[in-house]
Amino acid sequence: MTRIINHPILGKLEDKKAVPFTFDGRTFEAFENETIAAALLANGIRKLRVHEDSGTPRGFYCNIGHCMECRVTVNDQANVRACLTVVEKDMVIESGKQHPNIVKRMVEQQ
Amino acid sequence: MMDVIVIGAGPAGLAGAIASASFGLKVTVIDEFVKPGGRLIGQLHQEPTGEWWNGIKESERLLQEAKKLSVDIRCGVSVYNLEKDDDLWNVHTNIGTLTAPYVLVATGAAEYPIPLPGWTLPGVMSIGAAQVMTNVHRVEVGKKGIIIGANILAFAILNELQLAGIHVDRIVLPEKSPLSGKAGEPEEVMKSLLNAAHLAPSPLLRMGSRFMKNDSFRKIGMKFFPKNGVKVNGTPLLLRKAAIEIIGTEQVEGVRVADTDENGNIIPGSEKIYEADFVCIAGGLYPLAELAAVSGCPFQYIPELGGHVPIHSELMETPLEGLFVAGNITGIESGKIAMAQGTTAGYTIAKHAGKGGAAINKQLQEAVQNVRSVREQAAIQFNPEINSGRRKMSELWESLYSKNTRENSQIKIG
Ligand SMILES: Cc1cc2nc3c(=O)[nH]c(=O)nc-3n(C[C@H](O)[C@H](O)[C@H](O)COP(=O)(O)OP(=O)(O)OC[C@H]3O[C@@H](n4cnc5c(N)ncnc54)[C@H](O)[C@@H]3O)c2cc1C
Ligand code: FES
Repeated sequence: MTRIINHPILGKLEDKKAVPFTFDGRTFEAFENETIAAALLANGIRKLRVHEDSGTPRGFYCNIGHCMECRVTVNDQANVRACLTVVEKDMVIESGKQHPNIVKRMVEQQ
Repeated sequence: MMDVIVIGAGPAGLAGAIASASFGLKVTVIDEFVKPGGRLIGQLHQEPTGEWWNGIKESERLLQEAKKLSVDIRCGVSVYNLEKDDDLWNVHTNIGTLTAPYVLVATGAAEYPIPLPGWTLPGVMSIGAAQVMTNVHRVEVGKKGIIIGANILAFAILNELQLAGIHVDRIVLPEKSPLSGKAGEPEEVMKSLLNAAHLAPSPLLRMGSRFMKNDSFRKIGMKFFPKNGVKVNGTPLLLRKAAIEIIGTEQVEGVRVADTDENGNIIPGSEKIYEADFVCIAGGLYPLAELAAVSGCPFQYIPELGGHVPIHSELMETPLEGLFVAGNITGIESGKIAMAQGTTAGYTIAKHAGKGGAAINKQLQEAVQNVRSVREQAAIQFNPEINSGRRKMSELWESLYSKNTRENSQIKIG
């Protein structure tokens, strides 16, 4: 279990409604009113995308909307910040993908 | 139409909304986070009196008060531009443009990253990210972590992680470099922790600070800082070890650390890898002032306040007519001070809107005085030189803008 259920000061985590969503085709459950970043981490997923150019893995960094590291595709809309977006029922989330670097390829071919 | 748009639903923004709405102004608060409260909702520490500062409860209290005054609070809305058109400010957001004659910018602070190799790996996060995940979302950031950077925020959040049952294995410094600055110099770090000693917000900090305050220890200084560190609430604080690289392929697997001399220079051949499944980088805070900048507000660099801040008066006016600021955007301080500044800003806006009659001047004076006294009693202080920074700013305001403040205190633009 990766959720903090009992907290000595903040108290017990209330029972919340579970909401299904998919991430890269797999189905997971989030808690209602939870961000995508929190829901994925609660399901053991840290990698949210790969760098557009280099393909190296990325996760959330600041968790409050400042760094843009956590960008995912939500219901076909690209570059949505996972740390600021609440999961909704049956949301289709895709990790950020590597894009072909046209300029680099042109240089390589020269 | 709205009278006031508040950008940021943190303690400064909410307090500002409450203060101006209490004079009958119509106020809308926007925030891009999923919940109102700003950084307050992640805060949880014990005051020197033994009482707990529970940010969730505090923000709930502010929210209820705002709701009673019919303040409209909209979350999940990002502001990306701010400009003036004749007498109205246009606040451009992802749900359209909102307009009002008065805008309070209370966007708070952001964290400095320390970009050491490997910092982009999943599982590496800012220390504030761990705070929000733990206290707000109630999700474990990992099983075994390492904190890179030793500052007051790192210690407060170390305590919060421990409270939630999350194991922090050790705290090390970042490698000394132009990017890590003072955060990579053992003596500077120790000095800043000493300064924080009397303000310790938690038993853990008090304990660590007492040790470092010890005279004989201080004399021996950093030279003989124990190799295995000193324990802070059970977690070793290693001021003579520096993180060189965060390692892992798909996610964090550990941190490559080396011993350093008393000046923070790496001792060759001393490298070692500590395993971890999460890493928190604690680089410190700076005012998140971009929106004030795009609005055309003049800035001043004041390191004691945390960096570049919009020029403002003690009444929280900026040189631009109708634009006000409050909270961490004006300098890095605690939540209570942000709240007191927000209240001042709210009253000032009411005054500019012609509300409150003659009595408002007295209320404003009291609000300004309250900011000062809250500052004096602050349990958590991010910069020991804050008073000098505040003084610099108010002298700057006096010299540049006080003449106009008589009649019409702000510059007309647009
Ligand atoms: C990560 C972090 C952790 C902190 N932890 C502590 C702590 O433990 N104890 C302590 O005393 N102080 C802490 N601080 C300092 C903290 O900033 C103050 O205590 C206090 O919360 C500042 O209040 P504020 O109202 O100025 O800003 P904040 O509380 O930061 O609120 C600003 C709000 O503005 C919103 N916002 C910013 N930009 C935009 C935009 N473009 N569009 C829409 N909304 C926007 C943000 O989402 C946020 O909710 C922390 C700061 C940070 C950044
Ligand atoms: S993690 Fe930084 S923007 Fe989402």
